[in-house]
Amino acid sequence: MRRAGVPLLVGLVVVAAGIVLAMVRVNPYIYFAGCVVLQYVVIATAWNILGGYAGYVNFGTPAFFAMGAYTAVFLIQSMRAPLPVLLVAGGLVAALLGLGIGYLTLRLRGVFFSIATLALSVVLQTMIMNWEYVGGSRGMSVLRPSGPPFGSYVTFLFTVMVGLAVIAVLVARFIERSWIGRGLAALRDNEEAAECMGVPTLRLKLFATTVSGFLLGVAGAPFPYYVTFVEPNSAFALDYAVNALAMPMIGGTTSWVGPVIGAVLLGTAQQLATVTISSEMNLFIVGVVLVAFVVLAPEGILGLVRRLRGR
Amino acid sequence: MVAGLLLGGFYAAVSLGVSLIFGLLDIANIAQPAFVILGSYAAYVMNSAFGFDPILSGLLFTPVFFVLGAVVYRVYYESFERRGEESLRGLVFFFGLLFIMEVSLSLAFGVDYRLLQTAYTSKSIDLGGGVGIAFRYLVPCVVGLAMTLALYLFLGRTFYGRAIMAVSQDRLALRLMGADPVQIKTIAFGVGIAAASLGGALLISIAPVIPSTDRDYIGRMFAITVLGGMGSIGGTLVAAVILGVSESLMSTFFGPSWSLAVSFGLLLTVLAVRPAGLFGR
Amino acid sequence: MAPPLLEVQGLVKRFGGFTALNGVTLSVKAGERFGLIGPNGSGKTTLINCVSGVLPVNGGTIRFDGREITALPPHQRTRLGIVRTFQIPKPFTSMTVLENLGIPLEYAGAGRAGAEGNTDAGEILKTIGLDAKAHLRPAGLTQIEMRKLELARAMAARPTLLISDEAMAGLSSTEVDDILTILFRLNAQGITIIMIEHIMRAVMRFSERIVVLDAGERIAEGTPAEIVRDPAVEKAYLGE
Repeated sequence: MRRAGVPLLVGLVVVAAGIVLAMVRVNPYIYFAGCVVLQYVVIATAWNILGGYAGYVNFGTPAFFAMGAYTAVFLIQSMRAPLPVLLVAGGLVAALLGLGIGYLTLRLRGVFFSIATLALSVVLQTMIMNWEYVGGSRGMSVLRPSGPPFGSYVTFLFTVMVGLAVIAVLVARFIERSWIGRGLAALRDNEEAAECMGVPTLRLKLFATTVSGFLLGVAGAPFPYYVTFVEPNSAFALDYAVNALAMPMIGGTTSWVGPVIGAVLLGTAQQLATVTISSEMNLFIVGVVLVAFVVLAPEGILGLVRRLRGR
Repeated sequence: MVAGLLLGGFYAAVSLGVSLIFGLLDIANIAQPAFVILGSYAAYVMNSAFGFDPILSGLLFTPVFFVLGAVVYRVYYESFERRGEESLRGLVFFFGLLFIMEVSLSLAFGVDYRLLQTAYTSKSIDLGGGVGIAFRYLVPCVVGLAMTLALYLFLGRTFYGRAIMAVSQDRLALRLMGADPVQIKTIAFGVGIAAASLGGALLISIAPVIPSTDRDYIGRMFAITVLGGMGSIGGTLVAAVILGVSESLMSTFFGPSWSLAVSFGLLLTVLAVRPAGLFGR
Repeated sequence: MAPPLLEVQGLVKRFGGFTALNGVTLSVKAGERFGLIGPNGSGKTTLINCVSGVLPVNGGTIRFDGREITALPPHQRTRLGIVRTFQIPKPFTSMTVLENLGIPLEYAGAGRAGAEGNTDAGEILKTIGLDAKAHLRPAGLTQIEMRKLELARAMAARPTLLISDEAMAGLSSTEVDDILTILFRLNAQGITIIMIEHIMRAVMRFSERIVVLDAGERIAEGTPAEIVRDPAVEKAYLGE
């Protein structure tokens, strides 16, 4: 328990730093951009729990993210639920989605899970577009609640995102170092051998899918308050699909550090780039960088560093 | 109902590439829909610049797409298959391709819907009793049937076709035939992508196309391949017709926006109940 | 007369139109050294895949220690004590040799009184001769070292029944003896061993009883001496 105390302490320090940063009145755009980057830290970390640790690729990140966002919209519309409720509910709904898709496809080869997630986003988007209560295809305006505990609402959200990012990383780190993480690594390396060595592969895969889904939903839950106008095209944006892959792949998939590096680097780069190039060009570049890394440096930055160190 | 059958023939045209590449070669080429859309835009350009008939464009571009497919496969092979790391990274590679292609088309052509008009698309045959068959749907269906037959004969009767069937089942048998598995797979992949050229040309004459249309077809193409059974060309046709009819019925009773849910639901159901599909090995 | 440790009754396995196992029945006694031989394609590995749970069966039953396990998933069978090695070694490539053993130690052997002897990964590696390579990744191992890793990993799972699937294929004579010694030692500790092999001198020396499969059916059973003289066996291997 003592060893667990250190990362928790670090996490708390980071959150405190976030609050301090929020108090200091710098250019408000920094907080907007910061929210997005931190959101990607959560997304990349969440994706990697299933993709990097277990080796199952989820192409439907927008579906999970949007489920979190739209659960929040639904709860805001129906009962003005407070933020913590939105976070947990968004996470749970996305977790259920993960569990459902996983249960149907994880008994088969990993390819089928991936194909199913690929088709998932499109279908869910269509369904949301037909649901008038949450705005349908026109979208819906969302009022931020008055009186955030401190600062402006954006700086408050910024701090919340710092907290969520820390939680996501701690969860990933915990899983990675536990017996679950070792079992996931075994099934990623060779599923048949892992199963024959006593690893309950199906159960572990469902666990990873559920946790990953939960965190993706949690990342999406603050979205309505962040953008104040929620419409399907932005909630289900392709950006989430490609970034959720590119950030861990670029950073390195075998450890929790990779997605964080990838999210910070790629996320910041994209925020800087949005002022100079079109969003499509931005996506194009991300796509090219992704393919380049997958072909040339599949172990990401972490792998390159390891090779340079001569290990 | 008739519309559904015709739609099925067209869906077969579009799905043949996946049936070949995923069904037979077991390569999860999720970028296939993007190649189809690429074919659509190629046909569009040929049509607006030179007035070419889409089927003509589709056929014209077939060799180009074949070479493109061969190149893509070689990269895939060198980077992943040879090292035995197909699963995770291969998938991400194809997704990256899908993504890059879609975004490139967005950059090049914008997000307006494009549709092709030809001399015959507005005509139709009257079957009497108020039932008409629009040429717009009939022609792609017929071409789809022709493509299916052509591929079936190719696989069954020609040397390279049989070699492709062999490589999907038993590499040793292939070596005994004196063929190099990598070369055979390159050809097969090329054929699969070439099919996308014609499929895409048909697509843009049936319905309006934008770069993101590829995402609508991912579910359909893989649902059809899985339902039909991996490796069965005839199965692909049957499954395509089933999907076409189901979507038509769904559209009539619940509205067109639910058609994507049909293919997705079908895909999940088949995976859950009988992953080998109807005619799978 | 103690009940057999492993009982396979009328096992049927089909792949599409092809019947790989056509009602195979056999039983293995506790502590026995059991050999399973047959020409290529006779169904030996399919049988092992069914016993270990990797493949579902189309008919028949499998009982282990009196308990029916036909529907159990592989990881549960491993936890009961049935451990197999793979013909083509399947090591966990991202882990060191030591960590490879850590997986079965953590997942399979925990809380079960298996065979006496080594429960420590380091001890197992020393026994099998891989302790010098404990911190290497499998990519840095030779062929025979990979085979030894397969065995070491199986040992770490604390087997009651160990199924060795062609562990000696492609090895030199001395290497074959090496593996054979390890298997004899494991058997001396009380582990029942099923050996599937093509290397006849190894099987004949090792087995107390042998079953011969051909085209998915059991065609002979007996001591090594009986099998060698059996005309049905000769026909299966050499043809008419």
